[in-house]
Amino acid sequence: MRDAFLRVLTGLAPSHPELVLLAGDLGFGVLDEFRARFPRQFVNVGVAEQNMTGLAAGLALEGRTVFTYSIGNFPTLRCLEQIRNDVCYHAANVKIVAVGGGLSYGPVGMSHHATEDLAALRALPGLAVYAPGDVWEAAEITRHLLVTSGPAYLRLDKSAARVTHQVDDTLIPGGIRTVRAGNDVTIAASGGILGEALAAADRLAAEGIRARVLSVHTVKPLERATLARAARETGGIVTVEEHNVDGGVGGAIAEALLEEGAAPRWFWRIGLRDTFSDAVGSQAYLREVYGLGATAIAAAVAARWKRAAFSAA
Amino acid sequence: MTFAPALRSATRAEDAAVAAELARQIRLDALRMTSHAGAAHIGSVFSCADLLAVLYAGVLRLDPTAPRDPARDRFVLSKGHAAAGLYAALAARGFFPHEKLATHYRDGSKLSGHASHHVPGVEVSTGALGHGLSMATGMACDGQWRGAPHRVFCLLSDGECDEGATWEAALFAAHHGLSNLVAIVDYNRLQGIAPVADVLELEPFAAKWRAFGWEVREADGHDHGALLDLLAFVPFRAGKPSCLLARTTKGKGVGFMENTVLWHYRAPRGAEFDQAWAELADGGQTASYGKDNAR
Repeated sequence: MRDAFLRVLTGLAPSHPELVLLAGDLGFGVLDEFRARFPRQFVNVGVAEQNMTGLAAGLALEGRTVFTYSIGNFPTLRCLEQIRNDVCYHAANVKIVAVGGGLSYGPVGMSHHATEDLAALRALPGLAVYAPGDVWEAAEITRHLLVTSGPAYLRLDKSAARVTHQVDDTLIPGGIRTVRAGNDVTIAASGGILGEALAAADRLAAEGIRARVLSVHTVKPLERATLARAARETGGIVTVEEHNVDGGVGGAIAEALLEEGAAPRWFWRIGLRDTFSDAVGSQAYLREVYGLGATAIAAAVAARWKRAAFSAA
Repeated sequence: MTFAPALRSATRAEDAAVAAELARQIRLDALRMTSHAGAAHIGSVFSCADLLAVLYAGVLRLDPTAPRDPARDRFVLSKGHAAAGLYAALAARGFFPHEKLATHYRDGSKLSGHASHHVPGVEVSTGALGHGLSMATGMACDGQWRGAPHRVFCLLSDGECDEGATWEAALFAAHHGLSNLVAIVDYNRLQGIAPVADVLELEPFAAKWRAFGWEVREADGHDHGALLDLLAFVPFRAGKPSCLLARTTKGKGVGFMENTVLWHYRAPRGAEFDQAWAELADGGQTASYGKDNAR
């Protein structure tokens, strides 16, 4: 996803001279090409995310399109007040980009796991929040960010679902993409963990449960029609996020469905449950530990599906 | 389009007198506004009233009829709690009708207690400390990249030099040689609830800014002539950001408010207001909007 983001940014930088990429002293190696080709559109601001964000607001208020770039919590939680007061309140054209969403950094440790960023940032007025599920979505959203004004947050994951779009697909920013059809249950996933949701859908299919899989690449604004349709057309909804569930994507979906008068028959959020990710291991291992892997998703869905089917019978 | 500062007078003494009159007007207006609103921070406004007056009378190149003109000088009030003083200066320069000042703190007003960019002439909203210098640095960065002639001035409190973000910005501005950036520190040595000396000592303060790569000047922050002399020629040194440490007195201009932490918070009422007004008005001939409506 990071490479897809940088590929798009590098491709569009010549035709967008107002574009500036600010890096918080991260991106060793991967930012070299951009820096070499567009030295006037790149600044490594140092290990100073608060200044990076205030600086970005100042630059944006002068008419520039500014991307801030760092790992997980650093361009988000570390400088949350700068995002709120300097960027969002002034509707400054700043795009905050975090690489290593969720548990991407695996054994590096919890400091580098972004597991509350979506909740904190989706609370900020005027900030669009994106968590693409595959590299195609990441590239399409990056393109969208460059041609729209206003604050946005882009959460990139090291893992990604296999690309599922058709050649002529267009991604609708602010929408929800139906990645797999099915009418028994809905799995709504946000971010690279979409890959686990799709693998879970395969397992469920083997048990005769046809799961609809949604990629919630835009967490805010959250598109309601697709969610309401899923609630009405399928037996229940499970949300999947590599994030603590409090205030997260599952919560956002529940809020939307209740307000739409489209409460699903049953609903369950899969994510971290009020916990720090203090286990040590790869992203795949951590997903298993915290019940976010395909097996756990399939088991959670199947159990609720069967219980609902039993009580209906 | 006029980008000249307000001052047109021939001599330094006349310039200083114009600034002094604006300072007096700022203090009276701010006294009225805070008293009426029951608002805090009058001591902080009085501390920087002379700095604001010098900037708005004789330094900033602004056109009140075109407040967003790209060629304007930018001013960021990082110590956003002194907004009443900024609003008074902007009204005096004609950015909005003077009577709007009376709406400060009132339901439905745009004049919030901390600086709001919804008020004409206010570049950015501030209030959380330690944000302004970064935003000003971003503006200066853009100006430098464009080769634009305008300058960016940022007024900070000493208290917000406790904030790490202030020093992050200071590092960045010096590293990038932002000679179009001027930080002015209102160095009254009284922060939120106690003296700087008791909380987090900033001395050697000038040496800190120098060590961070800034060209520093120190001045009496209430001496209009000296401030005008210094700020007429920025940058202080080519290729460097400029820092003016303005030694000030919190509550300056009203004897019983000077150098007390109390007036960071207390709103002057009744006899306090009368006494303050009398001291500032020096005979009361300049009431920007009527004293009779004060309470």
